[in-house]
Amino acid sequence: MTILANRYDFILIFDVTNGNPNGDPDAGNLPRLDPETNHGLVSDVSLKRKIRNYVELARERQEGYHIYVQEGAILNEKHRLAYKALRPDDPKVDKDKSLNPRDDAESIKLRDFMCRNFFDVRTFGAVMSTGINAGQVKGPVQLTFATSVEPIVPVEISITRMAATNEAERKQKVEGSDASDRTDNRTMGRKHIVPYGLYVAHGFISAKFAERTGFSETDLELVFEALTTMFEHDRSAARGEMTSRNLIVFKHENALGNAPAGKLFDMVRIGRNIDGQFREIDRRLDNFPPARKFSDYIVAIDRADLPSGVEIIEKL
Amino acid sequence: MSFGIRLKVYGDYACFTRPELKVERVSYDVLTPSAARGILEAIHWKPAIRWVIDAIHVLEPIRFQSIRRNEVGGKAPAGKVKSAMKRGDLEDLQLLVDEDRQQRASTVLVKPGYVIEAHFEMTGKAGPEDNVGKHLDTFSRRAGRGQCFHQPCLGTREFAAHFELVPPDAPQPRTIDETRDLGLMLWDIDHGAPGKPSLFFRARLENGVMKVPAPNSREILK
Repeated sequence: MTILANRYDFILIFDVTNGNPNGDPDAGNLPRLDPETNHGLVSDVSLKRKIRNYVELARERQEGYHIYVQEGAILNEKHRLAYKALRPDDPKVDKDKSLNPRDDAESIKLRDFMCRNFFDVRTFGAVMSTGINAGQVKGPVQLTFATSVEPIVPVEISITRMAATNEAERKQKVEGSDASDRTDNRTMGRKHIVPYGLYVAHGFISAKFAERTGFSETDLELVFEALTTMFEHDRSAARGEMTSRNLIVFKHENALGNAPAGKLFDMVRIGRNIDGQFREIDRRLDNFPPARKFSDYIVAIDRADLPSGVEIIEKL
Repeated sequence: MSFGIRLKVYGDYACFTRPELKVERVSYDVLTPSAARGILEAIHWKPAIRWVIDAIHVLEPIRFQSIRRNEVGGKAPAGKVKSAMKRGDLEDLQLLVDEDRQQRASTVLVKPGYVIEAHFEMTGKAGPEDNVGKHLDTFSRRAGRGQCFHQPCLGTREFAAHFELVPPDAPQPRTIDETRDLGLMLWDIDHGAPGKPSLFFRARLENGVMKVPAPNSREILK
């Protein structure tokens, strides 16, 4: 378990084909949009959920890889862990009604226990109601909203179902029309899809916070593994086809970093592929047909102005 | 007297949550002094120093957007953690998101940009090896190279802050041309006092610059 000694910044590029990457509860589950630019958005928490779910599947019931914030759909079997309790049993504690640790030392013990056992607490942090310094664990991994590189146009698709939910619905249908058997029980529904969208998310990994939560090199590899394959295990009727396309990692030589993250992210340029040529994304592209597949884009990395002490690792 | 620094920070979104509108979060119009302090501490901080924010320069027009997300309603209860530790078994130590779900909207700032003007003072924890020059150098070196302890953020961690040092001889970046009363704003949280009370001040934007009162000044309302 080597603790992280380097700062990392990463760019995740993923796409969606005929699906809804992240619905907006405020807009009837339409794909999230930036109302000013019509670029699509995917919230940070949505990506974190997928990372958690992937780890849950990939490291099922392994010690130290439990997931604290779970989707109830995942069946949790009881499992016993053979670790030593940190504190010998203290009869007084059983009678205590208070839920707060007695002192800082104990709250640190509780925090360490959570970090050691739960991958998501160790990675993203968690808020614990310990009342001491708000009991927050700040995790080393920080993700931002993913934004699409071009404006997206969500399409609303009406679908039908050849069944009614209940008797009342069926009656209504029959009374209202000279219905045939075939349309008797039919109900209509709605799906929102993005025909195609290429999204970019930025992430940061702080080596200094990793020290505090015990986030190790092994955990880092698992995070990268999750980022590259999480959509493969998140298939559903709503999602369409989602694929991680590129994961570009900037590894700094030291814990504090060697270059501003913004500068590094600017080195990755995404343009449209027009007859094999890289074209900046701007209004002049409006004369061309809209992008509908990943090969309509070109992802270029300007290695020329790579700051010293930073290494580019293309994980995907 | 210690020397001041100027740091330009910007990003895609920001949410400096108003304490009275916490559940469905609504951001202040401008970066608060306490959030600015957090940004500086993300780059360099030691117990020997204390950052003091002097002014916030607003470089970009103030615009809002609403984002609604599924969030969880609970925290990890310390009591449950404790009993799991004693039992040596992790059963029912989990949080089921679909049973404890809250959909909350946040009204966030779009494409904000600021210059933080600040200086630091020595605290009682300063040892003989701590001097102003050393910490000023450390901060300037880190901020100039883009080094940080952890990536600073604009209010909440999903809104990362990009930062650049404004060199001492560089001209002041142009601010927005706006003068208005921003009302009562959180100055900072008094972490030393019992109960951690919040401190407020009357914030005013003068030609895009918000002056921040010094600690212990009469303008800070307890």
